[in-house]
Amino acid sequence: MLNFLEKNLPKIVLAPTTIVMVVCMYGFIVWTGLLSLTKSRMMPQWDFVGLDQYRRLFANPRWDVAVDNLFVFLILFIIIALVLGLFLAIFLDQKIRAEGAIRTIYLYPMAISFIVTGTAWKWILNPGLGIEKLMNDWGFVGFEFRWLVEQDMAIYTIVIAAVWQSSGFVMALFLAGLRGVDENLTKAAKIDGASTVQLYWHVVLPLMRPVFFSAIVILTHIAIKSFDLVQALTGGGPGYASDLPANFMYTFTFNRAQIGLGASSAMIMLFGVLAILIPYLYSELREKNHE
Amino acid sequence: MSSLKLTKYNIGRAFIYLILLFFAFLYLAPLYVMFTTSLKDIEEIRSGNLMALPIDPTFYAWKKAWSSACTGSECNGLAPYFWNSVRIVVPAVIISTIVGAFNGYVLAKWKFKGSEFLFGALLFGCFIPFQVILLPMAKLLGMLGLANTVTGLVLVHVIYGVAFTTLFFRNYYVGIPTELVRAAKLDGAGFFAIFRHVFIPLSAPIFVVTIIWQFTQIWNDFLFGVVYSGSGTQPITVALNNLVNTSVGGKEYNVDMAAAIIAALPTLAVYVIAGKYFVRGLTAGAVKG
Repeated sequence: MLNFLEKNLPKIVLAPTTIVMVVCMYGFIVWTGLLSLTKSRMMPQWDFVGLDQYRRLFANPRWDVAVDNLFVFLILFIIIALVLGLFLAIFLDQKIRAEGAIRTIYLYPMAISFIVTGTAWKWILNPGLGIEKLMNDWGFVGFEFRWLVEQDMAIYTIVIAAVWQSSGFVMALFLAGLRGVDENLTKAAKIDGASTVQLYWHVVLPLMRPVFFSAIVILTHIAIKSFDLVQALTGGGPGYASDLPANFMYTFTFNRAQIGLGASSAMIMLFGVLAILIPYLYSELREKNHE
Repeated sequence: MSSLKLTKYNIGRAFIYLILLFFAFLYLAPLYVMFTTSLKDIEEIRSGNLMALPIDPTFYAWKKAWSSACTGSECNGLAPYFWNSVRIVVPAVIISTIVGAFNGYVLAKWKFKGSEFLFGALLFGCFIPFQVILLPMAKLLGMLGLANTVTGLVLVHVIYGVAFTTLFFRNYYVGIPTELVRAAKLDGAGFFAIFRHVFIPLSAPIFVVTIIWQFTQIWNDFLFGVVYSGSGTQPITVALNNLVNTSVGGKEYNVDMAAAIIAALPTLAVYVIAGKYFVRGLTAGAVKG
């Protein structure tokens, strides 16, 4: 008996986590998946109605807005954060004095919660007392900035705050990548007479491919999960103009007692993450096997 | 010719520094605005602008944010919720870190048939959008009698934090030579003895990275907090959001800003003190995850 215990100790240690994982991750996903096939409203009930909830979801104009917003947010957030992060990293990689201090400044927003970020930017972008007043005081009379309360523009305030929060992190990823570039390679390129721009464009950037990949995956992941930032900055408004799918899911599940519909929106979010994750993991594994 | 080259080089350098400082200013500006706004009174906020220094600094907003601002129907400031967060974070960080250390140890050095598959399945947990588990988890907490309790929130954070902590420890322990394990086994040391005497002494950095990561994640969490807490057990992020959205007798932006800084202070302090480890956690959790 004792012998058996000792022999299987590793398995026994891992057992609680395994059980919890099977139940609380995979089991719960199945549960939510099944729920999305029922007509549950206030409470879960198990009358299966096929894909009705998904049909209702896709016919819901509010879901449409949330998905459109996600694409706008995703594309702008990723492109701006990547470009900004890359440039800051390249500039910081030029043997800068006080590099540590500057890096610390670029990265500190990452330590703050999205709720705090949203609260701060809500005040900064305040129509009337925020940036608008600042610019007027500085002599730009008639300068207007009311994105926070404009239907078509509110989603861009989310982009601004999210870029502020996450671009320093992208910078850190690229900086780590740049530090890993073989010095002999850059030396050789310089001897061949390459200018700094040519060096980066033709030699260094192609080497950053894996960093681009991971940065995109991480940023996408942040974007799809973004819930708190919207909640704190715009509350999804005006109306529901700046809702993201995560906010849709929360509203319909917990405020509107439409848990079947909420479950179907959660499943679509999961499929969205998988659509990005699986190709990424696949390419990672393939690369590893090639090595 | 050479002096011309030199000036061109200098202009280039100056340009780089200028850009870097400009962005440093941009990143710092929101913090500056938060802090200065929190020290102004409401009159000054209306008459001045974002970048203006406070003329007559006052701690009124800080006092109010801490002890008497309204967060919904309660008006006790952020203080009780700050301590809620502490009561959630401390046990959740400790438990998830310890579990992660054991899991990582097994997955790195005591592999068995299927352990790699288990690791992959667990890794997946770092990525799932939590919306997909929100409802069943609420049901489970209700069944356990833990709905709207601090204990319930601790449990949720432990369950969904273990994937990350396991990942951290596993990747760190993989780098420790297996010969050490073999040698210790020859000396007659068992599973726990090897962990205790060989791995723990080598683990200080990864403990720091994991604890900082978990602390930041859980302190900053809003989704679990807003779904699984009741009145009186909310964490500080939820309370801050309620405070900002409660406007009894006019908006007080200075109180909002003081409250936001209070909510951010613990994680900011950790970042300033142990920034190196924070960054290491971010990149490890992100790139490898």
